[in-house]
Amino acid sequence: MSEPILEVRDLHVEIPLTRGTVRAVDGASFTVAPGEAMGLVGESGSGKSMTLRAILGLLPHPAGIAGGEILYEGADLVTMSAKKLQDLRGKEISMIFQEPMTALNPVMRVGDQIAEGPLAHLRMGKSASQERALDLMRQVGIPDPERRARAFPHELSGGMRQRVMIAIALSCEPKLILCDEPTTALDVTIQDQILKLLRSLREERGLSVVFVTHDLAVVAQTCQRLAVMYAGQVVETGSIDETFRSPRHPYTLGLLRSVPDLEDVRDLLRSIPGTPPDPVHPPEGCRFAPRCEFAQPDCMVGDKPLRSITPTRSTACIHDDAPARAVQLEPVIAGG
Amino acid sequence: MGTSLVGALTRRPHDMLRAVDGVDMAIARGETLGLVGESGCGKSTLGRCIVGLYQPTAGEVLFAGEPMAAKRERAQRRRIQMVFQDPYSSLNPRLTVRQALSELLRAHNMVPPGQVEARCRELMELVGLAPGALEAHPRHFSGGQRQRVSIARALALEPEVLVADEPVSALDVSVQATVLNLLEELQQRLGLTMLFIAHNMAVVRHVCDRVSVMYLGKIVETASTAELFTNPRHPYTQGLMKAVPRLVPGRTSEAVAVAGDPGSPISPPSGCRFHPRCPIAQDVCSQQQPELAGETNHLAACHFAWTAAPPRHEPEVAQEAAGEV
Repeated sequence: MSEPILEVRDLHVEIPLTRGTVRAVDGASFTVAPGEAMGLVGESGSGKSMTLRAILGLLPHPAGIAGGEILYEGADLVTMSAKKLQDLRGKEISMIFQEPMTALNPVMRVGDQIAEGPLAHLRMGKSASQERALDLMRQVGIPDPERRARAFPHELSGGMRQRVMIAIALSCEPKLILCDEPTTALDVTIQDQILKLLRSLREERGLSVVFVTHDLAVVAQTCQRLAVMYAGQVVETGSIDETFRSPRHPYTLGLLRSVPDLEDVRDLLRSIPGTPPDPVHPPEGCRFAPRCEFAQPDCMVGDKPLRSITPTRSTACIHDDAPARAVQLEPVIAGG
Repeated sequence: MGTSLVGALTRRPHDMLRAVDGVDMAIARGETLGLVGESGCGKSTLGRCIVGLYQPTAGEVLFAGEPMAAKRERAQRRRIQMVFQDPYSSLNPRLTVRQALSELLRAHNMVPPGQVEARCRELMELVGLAPGALEAHPRHFSGGQRQRVSIARALALEPEVLVADEPVSALDVSVQATVLNLLEELQQRLGLTMLFIAHNMAVVRHVCDRVSVMYLGKIVETASTAELFTNPRHPYTQGLMKAVPRLVPGRTSEAVAVAGDPGSPISPPSGCRFHPRCPIAQDVCSQQQPELAGETNHLAACHFAWTAAPPRHEPEVAQEAAGEV
């Protein structure tokens, strides 16, 4: 097995607020193999966006990394100098944000925004970087690029803006792309276009991707592996296939059961009772235990770190056979 | 420069955005009708016209056969109520739940003053919230809880029709299920008639008896839920279904479900509005707008909805794009 391109080890991100310190990410670990698409899945407050931003040092003030390591090709980004990180950012590691309207510069023509990276990072001359911008626009499926390059972001549709973001992310030939809910704000037919575009670009270029989303169906279609986050912690990792067919954490199971799927028409959707814990004062023991249908007394005490159960799967649940058995009796995903 | 009367009347100095362009729709008592479409299709505008938040430029809304006036009276406004998409902006942040509900109950004389408190508690119970929630302000609640409060507020006036405008889109998926189940339960218990506006097809399939699909201001297909999902006749509906990502892991086809962008509702395409993106569009499609037609329980606005489909080809928008490369 080759070296992972990205390895997050026991990451902690804290946000000091007047009412207390929010432990936004409180122990996140996962790896991304070269050329792989890894889904980082969770609901609001799970810490998935913070984890992503921590990778590139883009945490919003006053949030800060409070522990752990983020290894990119072996080098720790947490302890790296600001200059070296800036060098990597946008060049070898780039990011695609959720809201293109706010992530793009509203007073700059989109062609110029796409050309910015090559101009600064790759030291291409002005006309070379403009050419490159046009070429990238073609690759991401923006019709009539010569004309569109002169447009401002507000003159483009949501789907077009997202394509511009993707072009920017690709502009310096990155090895790793971090996507923060890139299609959540888009209509479903546009989402379909963007996801397929990302997939074909990734396959053509052998890119590695971390894809943050709350949408399990999107993860199923775009990623090979996933890490599930709950209350700031990664609670399960594995391949999409094995995790969806046989989840090893009750939260993953709960999440799968609550997704209304087009194919399946259960009478009542299963929801997860209760609410996520207070991120300032998380409970002792497993954080999901208060809402868990399989909880035992030993779930309520002691940390539950992520542990390997197979070479490709890990879980933080100490009774992980329970969700596995539940799914055998009542499968979420039909078929073998 | 014409001086004819027709010329003067038809001259439009401003752009006109026809958000809803000639929509006929009927909902039977006790039915849940789903209204599906993407941004700009006009579904929210239509929902708000039905509730009375917008005045239609033309046409009318009939309730049990009676036209609802542009400016509705209190008694009329009671009958159709709305639940909004954004749980964070649709509740007055300065009112406690009790204040918000009592205000409504008193204004409409729903119960004698002495019974207002009891009715508030009943409403809380109806939506699965503890009576203690009456004391709280919206900021104390999670998104899902706020939606429940919104539903309680909508039901306080004992409406006969509930318009739910994307009631779960802003909620986490595990919470969506709770709110959807609640809506279903209430609908059965109270015999509510519901217009359920959504963009998520899977949710709609779950909750609705019949579904209408909108595109750029027009209804393009209407059918019972079962029929629509097993036998969609309009190419846009078909594309919409194909675009929905499935929970089952695995590759979807390479080809996109629907090419291109919807285009502007200010200057929609000629003829059938979907024709530039349509994989079976023919000449007639850009010339003539198709009517909603078909069988009793299944209507579609496509020239080829009920005939053999013409051979598939690259949609016009994709051909234009390809021309660039």
